[in-house]
Amino acid sequence: MPEKTMRDAINEALHQAMEQDDSVFVIGEDVGGCSGSAGDVGAVGGVFGVTEGIYHRWPDRCIDTPISESAIVGAAAGAALVGMRPVAEIMFADFIGVCMDQIVNQMAKFRYMFGGKSRCPAVIRFSSGGGFSAAGQHSQAMYQVMTSFPGLKVVVPSNAYDAKGLMLSAIQDDDPVLFFEPKILYQETADVPDEMYTIPFGEANFVREGDDVTVVAFGQMVPKAAAVIDALAEEGISCDLIDPRTTSPLDENAILESVEATGRLVVVDEAPPRCGLTADIAGLAADKAFSSLKAPIKQVSAPHSPTPFSPELEAAYLPDADKITAAIKATLA
Amino acid sequence: MSIPKETLLHAYRTMKTIREFEERVNAEIMNGQIPGFTHLYTGQEANAVGVCAHLDESDTIISTHRGHGHCIAKGAEVSGMMKELFGSSEGLCKGKGGSMHVADIDKGILGANGIVAGGPPISVGSALAAKIRKNGKVAVSFSGDGSVNQGTCFEAMNMAVVLQAPAVFVIENNYYSEHTHISYAVGCDDLKARTEAFGFPVFVADGADFFAVYEAAGKAIAHAREGNGPAGVFAEQGRYHGHFVGDPQAYRAEGELEDLRENHCPLKIFRAKMAESGELSDAELDAIDAEVMAEIEQSVADAKAAARPTAEQVTEDVYIQYTATA
Repeated sequence: MPEKTMRDAINEALHQAMEQDDSVFVIGEDVGGCSGSAGDVGAVGGVFGVTEGIYHRWPDRCIDTPISESAIVGAAAGAALVGMRPVAEIMFADFIGVCMDQIVNQMAKFRYMFGGKSRCPAVIRFSSGGGFSAAGQHSQAMYQVMTSFPGLKVVVPSNAYDAKGLMLSAIQDDDPVLFFEPKILYQETADVPDEMYTIPFGEANFVREGDDVTVVAFGQMVPKAAAVIDALAEEGISCDLIDPRTTSPLDENAILESVEATGRLVVVDEAPPRCGLTADIAGLAADKAFSSLKAPIKQVSAPHSPTPFSPELEAAYLPDADKITAAIKATLA
Repeated sequence: MSIPKETLLHAYRTMKTIREFEERVNAEIMNGQIPGFTHLYTGQEANAVGVCAHLDESDTIISTHRGHGHCIAKGAEVSGMMKELFGSSEGLCKGKGGSMHVADIDKGILGANGIVAGGPPISVGSALAAKIRKNGKVAVSFSGDGSVNQGTCFEAMNMAVVLQAPAVFVIENNYYSEHTHISYAVGCDDLKARTEAFGFPVFVADGADFFAVYEAAGKAIAHAREGNGPAGVFAEQGRYHGHFVGDPQAYRAEGELEDLRENHCPLKIFRAKMAESGELSDAELDAIDAEVMAEIEQSVADAKAAARPTAEQVTEDVYIQYTATA
């Protein structure tokens, strides 16, 4: 099977969806790139190159926009309401701050407020998360915030294979989908089939299987947790590693069944701790699997602080192997 | 300008329907029969009707918090709307939207909207879809004089020009954004010029006069439909009621409301013009009045008798499909 980066896997999914269905289009800042210039229009393909090549094949369905995030999301939502399947790019998840209304008050609620008589099959893509020394306004995960809004589906891939299958599912989905791409993983590779395939929402992936501790991790924390678990295996500690892949819907059964078997739970996410996914999953287990627990649940997250700039500070901010290892061992103490 | 008799009859019937719908809703709110926050369109009927007279079912509109008139003008069923306002599960939106979210996608009504200037970006999306599909459709967004100060409105207008999308921005100046006068809230003297500065033509009309709005909207919609990019309509006309039902309207000048009702009533102006031209007789218009009154009366009776929603319906219609396993 060919090895591809996450960036290329998502790019391939977009190309294949555009080829298959002419109601699919991409829209956003520089998704083609260089529009209006004397240079090579279409040469950019998004700042991370995820939409590369689309403009040159389908110039009418690769829509460069001004820097107007509300209008980008609104345009996607409106086009979806009348039957198109837009894939909009918001360059950084942090910019949800300037288009929150269009996501939360508009597209998320159309179907409900309109009595189930509309569909809004829009996908909004975001680069997400820390690790680039990009500081406070270009590093946030944000998916944990958006997970709380009914009407949205929220996807967080952790590897190239899942990213392609989840993107194709997102484009085919008839509900609005927010697709958070951990930007630190864009260049990470996995075996990715050339053909189209989908991965269903609400179905967690068991990345590792073990008996002693259940570890649930999201996005870029999945490969970090996997490395920790592989190292602990040499010490005789075996863990389930669950990657929910979608935070809404959430595969609660997979988590609860694992916790019931292991009796121990560690939840790892890169976002700050308050009202986040680690608290959410811990609450789920406390509510529905309390009697199975043999130790207190451990949450590993960033601290209650904005993301810092300096590499030393960001390294101290993001959950790392030491913190994940300590949390797993604490449940076994 | 010659307007077919059928169009004239339909326009009058629709304006009268909006008028009586709104007046009855006002009364039912005062009676405690309709819950929630409601904003009435009474007095501005000519705007919605003059614009929507140029649209067919597959053109789209998106409206505002003051949306009943736009929805009726675009073809929403009065009975379904009344049931919706009463909160019935038989309402147009199953009692889940209410006054501020009346919608009927099949009729090209992308919804009233509770967020001021929430609509224009969405309308640009509908226009973009029409451009990509090359189907000759247009997308109309209604905005008030409050909406035009929101960034989303600016973003949408600029984006429509950049994308050369067939979007029509109808700006209804009713002079007050909530309780604040336009002379305070719009920081320039010429809103038409400010709007045109985005790069599209804006056609001005007296918002009390159906014929003026019809003519201006006709030009704007033709401009967009013919592939020339966006266009605007700017219509001035005060509302007869407050920002919301129950607003004490401390901002009104003495005699302002009386002047509006007496000298700027779209229905009176329409009737006067018909009497002058002889195109429609008083008898024809009186007959429409009677039919409309009966329809509104029936819609209220139906709404009061309609089924109430049940607790299990709370979580229906959030998603088309949600595959959470727990």
